[in-house]
Amino acid sequence: MSQSPENKKGQVETTGHVWDGDLREYNNPLPRWWLWGFYGTIIFAVVYWILYPAWPYADTYTKGVSTVSFQSPVLDKAGKPVKGPDGNVEMETKTEHWNSRALFYQEMQSSPSALAQKEWLAKVKGMSFEQIAANPDTLNFANSAGHALFGDHCAACHGTGGQGVLAMNAEASYPNLTDNAWIHGGDYAKIVQDMTNGIQGNMPAFGALFQGEKLTDLAQYVLSLSHQPGVNDEAANRGKASFATCAGCHGANGTGNQMIGAPNLTDKIWDFVDVSGAPNIDAKLKLVEGVIDHGLQHKMPKFSDRLTPEQIRLLAVYVRQLGGT
Amino acid sequence: MSSVNLTEQEPELYQARDPIHPKSIKGRFRTFKTVVLALAYAIFFLLPWVRWERVVGPNQAVMFDIPTRRYYLFDLIIHPQDMFLLAGFLILAAWLLFFVTGMVGRAFCGYFCFQTLWTDVFMKVEHWIQGDRNKRMKLEKQVWNPEKILKKGLTVLVWTLIAFWTGFTFTAYWADAPRLFMAFFTGTAASAAYMTTGILTVTTLVAAGFAREQVCIYMCPYARFQAVMFDKETLLVSYDALRGEGSAGRKPLQKGLMTLEERHSAGTGDCIDCTLCVQVCPTGIDIRDGLQLACISCGLCIDACDEIMTKRGWPKGLIRYASEKELETGEKPSLLKFRTIGYGIATALASALLIYGVLTIKPLDFSIQQIRQPLFVLMSDGSVQNNYELKINNKEQSALELELTVEGLTGAHVAIGGDFTTLVIPPDETRNYLIHVRAPRTSGISRQLITFKLTDKTGLVPVIVGQSSFNFK
Ligand code: SF4
Ligand code: SF4
Repeated sequence: MSQSPENKKGQVETTGHVWDGDLREYNNPLPRWWLWGFYGTIIFAVVYWILYPAWPYADTYTKGVSTVSFQSPVLDKAGKPVKGPDGNVEMETKTEHWNSRALFYQEMQSSPSALAQKEWLAKVKGMSFEQIAANPDTLNFANSAGHALFGDHCAACHGTGGQGVLAMNAEASYPNLTDNAWIHGGDYAKIVQDMTNGIQGNMPAFGALFQGEKLTDLAQYVLSLSHQPGVNDEAANRGKASFATCAGCHGANGTGNQMIGAPNLTDKIWDFVDVSGAPNIDAKLKLVEGVIDHGLQHKMPKFSDRLTPEQIRLLAVYVRQLGGT
Repeated sequence: MSSVNLTEQEPELYQARDPIHPKSIKGRFRTFKTVVLALAYAIFFLLPWVRWERVVGPNQAVMFDIPTRRYYLFDLIIHPQDMFLLAGFLILAAWLLFFVTGMVGRAFCGYFCFQTLWTDVFMKVEHWIQGDRNKRMKLEKQVWNPEKILKKGLTVLVWTLIAFWTGFTFTAYWADAPRLFMAFFTGTAASAAYMTTGILTVTTLVAAGFAREQVCIYMCPYARFQAVMFDKETLLVSYDALRGEGSAGRKPLQKGLMTLEERHSAGTGDCIDCTLCVQVCPTGIDIRDGLQLACISCGLCIDACDEIMTKRGWPKGLIRYASEKELETGEKPSLLKFRTIGYGIATALASALLIYGVLTIKPLDFSIQQIRQPLFVLMSDGSVQNNYELKINNKEQSALELELTVEGLTGAHVAIGGDFTTLVIPPDETRNYLIHVRAPRTSGISRQLITFKLTDKTGLVPVIVGQSSFNFK
């Protein structure tokens, strides 16, 4: 081996460890830029620990000095939100250590889109339902807000498009909101009232009163009200007398009563049993007989706990236009 | 600790950079580079400040607005839907690069690349403060005395200012420039603005001030793939070795070898080994060693050698743009080779398509879709109603007044949302509406194609037609 002490480039430093007589470990220092990068990450980490949640200890963790503020509802002792005189939940400013949930709240309240939403909310606040629906701009807003609210609160029963459910069992059916018939009334005030307080619909079972021939005749008469093809006029005529019992709620000529939620029997819309879809008169008769026999209960929960009055207003505009006028 | 000698020549894993101090030179290529630099800087630094009146949107001629997802380029507004234009633009840029590179080598590197431009400016700063090559090299070797600290410090300070203004200008393309300026210096700008400016300041300073040619040699992917596109006919900055070396090699000027005649009869080449071409090279290489990856094709060595040749009264072009073939056979390269024609056509085609795309950007995006939940609804009078979702995006700078009608359905009644048929869509806004179409039930037909028509009453956009179907059952 030639030794050339002036030629440093041919030499490599070793750690001084030797194995098997000639195996040596090179000591190649790390590139300087790499080392500085490494020190940089250490400094970054320390700064991060000071600012943000980092180290777990005992049953908690270091919180960091950075904070996030957002508006949060005031809660009473039972943990329920406190409502102000205007029916809206009272808010207070809350400051928490930095965390992504608080950041999310903050963004939901103060991001440009949240502020734009606030602006729109303020705009529709002073408007009547009719004004909101007649103005393409505010209707556009009510649509997008209403659609989101509908998806969260109504779609589970009424379907994503408001199409409702027509089940085999009348009590598992949910009314279709996209037609133009309203069982409980379709003006805005009534829709708001029903959403706020919920609905309790109750038709008693008449199985004890009407049986056999009598029941079929009554069903024939009910179907004749909406001119269903295949109705036996003779039987319907016989059943007309029994309808006196029904007239208390459905009205003498079967046009229903929105105040108590008795459906109109003279139109083509059937919200609880699929009469329009039944293949023949016998199937239709069976459906109607079933309802008379067992009665019909339907219940919609109240939403005053879950939605603000303003949200219910927007939702009413959205639901009202699903079926058009 | 001890050390061992390597028996084989191992490459060093890390080599500290030796600073390169190119000599400044005058000449054709230097002038061209200066003109390009001035133009590029003028455009880059001034563009964000150019104002442009718009009905909706920022009054800034060029702005890339991320929150509203709009790119404003003078009168052209690119919406997210038109983003394919960006892809088209990038494809065009790539083909143009291939086209130029196949013809004249790394022209992009030498004259247009921002690494080259900014390095050039930073070197000029060095030149002004520390003097030319010799002075700079002396200063480099000198111990750290006040003079060196002052000169080096001042250089870095000026670099940092330029780097900062570069970073800030870049940020100004993404926000309203004057407002950003105010907010930036009062500490109220978005954190993204500080971050972008900060990162670009640091990277500009490091890349143009300290890393320089190392960026081209070790980091840049373009350098590699441009070199791949050379062929024997590509014009490259080359040293004419046949002429320069002769049969007896290059020799400095000396007695008996002063004139061309003397040199030629002695077999000596025309290169007088003055090394000026090496001294001016910004990447510190010797072009006389042949084509190298480190050569960015800046042409400064051509200027250098031409100066020497002119001084001696010898023909210029010992270093010149020449193809490999030309150097070997003396044959001039033909620019009309298959590759350049191909790339040329591709570039022209892409430009035409891009221009066509820009000219035919739809002023209005519109979709009408049948709502399938439910597909149809029976109304109380026995008629059938179908609902549709109408989406309109007015991309114009003025409001549109659109009237909706439906065709192909007898006895149809159409209504938007509540009950209107005319919509006013404000400029540059998107609207969603629920459309009701109602028609009496016709026996036998279960489904029918219908046509929606949107007629703009302002006459700005032509009638828009959309098709959908109507389900009776
Ligand atoms: S060799 Fe010549 S063309 Fe290449 S980078 Fe150096 S000076 Fe520029
Ligand atoms: S500048 Fe020209 S003459 Fe001088 S060394 Fe370079 S190639 Fe030779």
